[in-house]
Amino acid sequence: MDHFGWIQLTLFVGILLVLTKPMGVYLTKVLDVEGKTFLDLAIGPVERFFYSLLGIDPKKEQDWKQYSFSLISFSLVGTLFTYAILRLQHLLPLNPQGFGPVSGQLSFNTAISFATNTNWQNYAGESTMSYLSQMVGLTFHNFASAATGIAVAAALARGVARNSAKTIGNFWTDVIRTILYVLLPICLVYALLLVSQGMIQNFNPYAKVEVVAPYASPVPGKDAEGRQSPPQRKVETQTIVQGPMASQVAIKMLGTNGGGFTNANAAHPYENPTPLSNFLQMLSIFLIPSGLTYYLGRVVKDQRHGWAVWSAMAAIFLVGFLICWWAESTGNPHMHALGIDAASGNMEGKETRFGIFNSALFATVTTDASCGAVNSMHDSFTPLGGLVPLLNIQLGEVIFGGVGAGLYGMIVFVVLAVFLAGLMIGKTPEYLGKKIEAYDVKASVMFIMVPVLGILGSTAWAATSAWGLAGLNNSGPHGFSEILYAYSSTTGNNGSAFAGLNANTCWYNITLGIAMLLGRFFMIIPILALAGNLAGKKSRPLGEGSFPVSGPMFTVLLTGTVLIVGALTFFPALSLGPIVEHYLMTHSNILF
Amino acid sequence: MKNLMSQLRTALVATVLLAVILCGVYPALVWTIAQALFPERANGSLVVKNGKIVGSELIGQNFAGAKYFHSRPSMAGEMGYDATSSGGSNLGPTSKKLIDSVRERVKAYRAENNLPLSVKTPVDAVTASASGLDPHISVRNALLQAPRVAKDRGMEEKAVVEKIEANTQGRDLYILGEPRVNVLNVNLSLDAR
Repeated sequence: MDHFGWIQLTLFVGILLVLTKPMGVYLTKVLDVEGKTFLDLAIGPVERFFYSLLGIDPKKEQDWKQYSFSLISFSLVGTLFTYAILRLQHLLPLNPQGFGPVSGQLSFNTAISFATNTNWQNYAGESTMSYLSQMVGLTFHNFASAATGIAVAAALARGVARNSAKTIGNFWTDVIRTILYVLLPICLVYALLLVSQGMIQNFNPYAKVEVVAPYASPVPGKDAEGRQSPPQRKVETQTIVQGPMASQVAIKMLGTNGGGFTNANAAHPYENPTPLSNFLQMLSIFLIPSGLTYYLGRVVKDQRHGWAVWSAMAAIFLVGFLICWWAESTGNPHMHALGIDAASGNMEGKETRFGIFNSALFATVTTDASCGAVNSMHDSFTPLGGLVPLLNIQLGEVIFGGVGAGLYGMIVFVVLAVFLAGLMIGKTPEYLGKKIEAYDVKASVMFIMVPVLGILGSTAWAATSAWGLAGLNNSGPHGFSEILYAYSSTTGNNGSAFAGLNANTCWYNITLGIAMLLGRFFMIIPILALAGNLAGKKSRPLGEGSFPVSGPMFTVLLTGTVLIVGALTFFPALSLGPIVEHYLMTHSNILF
Repeated sequence: MKNLMSQLRTALVATVLLAVILCGVYPALVWTIAQALFPERANGSLVVKNGKIVGSELIGQNFAGAKYFHSRPSMAGEMGYDATSSGGSNLGPTSKKLIDSVRERVKAYRAENNLPLSVKTPVDAVTASASGLDPHISVRNALLQAPRVAKDRGMEEKAVVEKIEANTQGRDLYILGEPRVNVLNVNLSLDAR
């Protein structure tokens, strides 16, 4: 934990803080159909062209059921679109490596994965997907699922803000304006910045390289007769992946999608060439989620509430990060015993250019948000270093969170916090002048219970089944952590992994696919119901007796609610995985 | 039912329209500008020597033999440094397989570089990177390899250290990331001498 780390951390949080207001103000304009932005002149005509072809009136609002209906239709068509592209990629253009069709169950898993903003990947991009599949089949959802998340957050914020209203906005308007005014312009500039750092953007076939120093290497494993000394193979060439990467990576980070162009994701030197590109990538994950807290303040006309939510998020982020950074810097005593420099921390599965600090920060950021891109292999983290990303996901990814998903998740926790506080002081719970009643609490609790079922239920099933254990890369408690991480990541729509788990099997493809659907739509629908119900309520004027939803007291209450709900739910499972592994690592010589 | 059909129709049109812009116009625009502004980087930062592509500045490759600086251990593909199969070991901290292979690597590294007992093994030299294609090693790792490389090439150790310094990148903007030595570049500069 050196001083360069502290300086980088200060810089990261400082820049994020500075960008929050401008991003929030801009989002407020975009998410208001009447809003004026400086891009109107350029984008306005395109936007109007969209509305005319779609045959919709952008100002005609929908109630929560119509809004949900549009959302589901859009997701359904997109999922089928991607499924078709993956299945037919061998017949489509832009496939210089001649990859065959993606298998049915893998296409099912992948199409759902991208449509739900999860981007869980049961495949290695560079050896499975054609350029067209990456650029069209997958990138489409990077935009669409991100815009969908933002739309839902906006709908919920409107629900909180409105007084006796029937409608919560128009889904199509929200999605189209978000894509055209926010995601696309930022990505255009951002992708070029990434190329300037060394990221590729081309349509060339993979480059064939004659290596500087050809060498002979033993082929791993035994030879045909089962002898221990295997034959040598001469390595003279290296084949290097190419492709339209920058355009995909820009939205992968900004839209908190996280699906890598390559298997190593943001650890691949093309996909994250320099510490500067790494810094930009981390910042771009948090940019919109952070701006949305300011948007919330604007919409409900209580900017201090927006900042209170921001502070609660920032507090949990910092605590998690410091634990992860400390654990990775401290390293692995089993390695130190071999005469390895203990001061350098745990470098297994990490890149030299990022080092411990930037690997730990990236891991925390990507799991606080529902991004899931990785610049280091979480599977090889120390037990406590790996616990932080896992717990971040299990807390519901409300620590800034996925674009939109973080904010709507956090508003649910606000409702619960207000409800708990109301019980404690014996008053009718109230959120910004809206009475919180049984219906609202039920919708919120459903939001909490779905992940419990998805994560703990599926983990228990897989951990006691032959198909579940067959995919493991590690055994002992770490093997259990691999399964727990997989279902947490998919139910939480994160997409990062303890990637040793081989989940490209029939059972895993299907159960993980279902977990992703559950974690997306069974959470969005209760949210929209909550939005519709809140919108319909009469706002009472705020007065002396109103429950304050800003200030340090509220921030502490909100932070406490998130942590207590998460800890109570997941502590037993975490004890069986990372926690017991930590004590085994520090207090015994047992290896698995 | 009528509502259902009309929503699906809207969804279909929206998908097609957005796909044209987001998956056609947008990547093509990035491609055009990137190829104009940063052609070398957009095409993979490939290194050409005597008319042949010998590697990419950003993609690590394996170097065997005493006269070259060695890259980090790699788990990409079954032979390591397979640039079509990026990835790490994904072995956890209490994995026997991991600790056993690190022990072997420590032994080999200390022997080939003749390290005295008082010197600790640099961690990056014996652990696999996340991508399996890490183009860099730490400065300390490079300096510990310098005597071996100098001896094998019959060079002054000072001259080899100078090559290391010339191929060391500091922190980006003096703050971000870690100082690092590009293995391909330092080896090519030694060969060019």
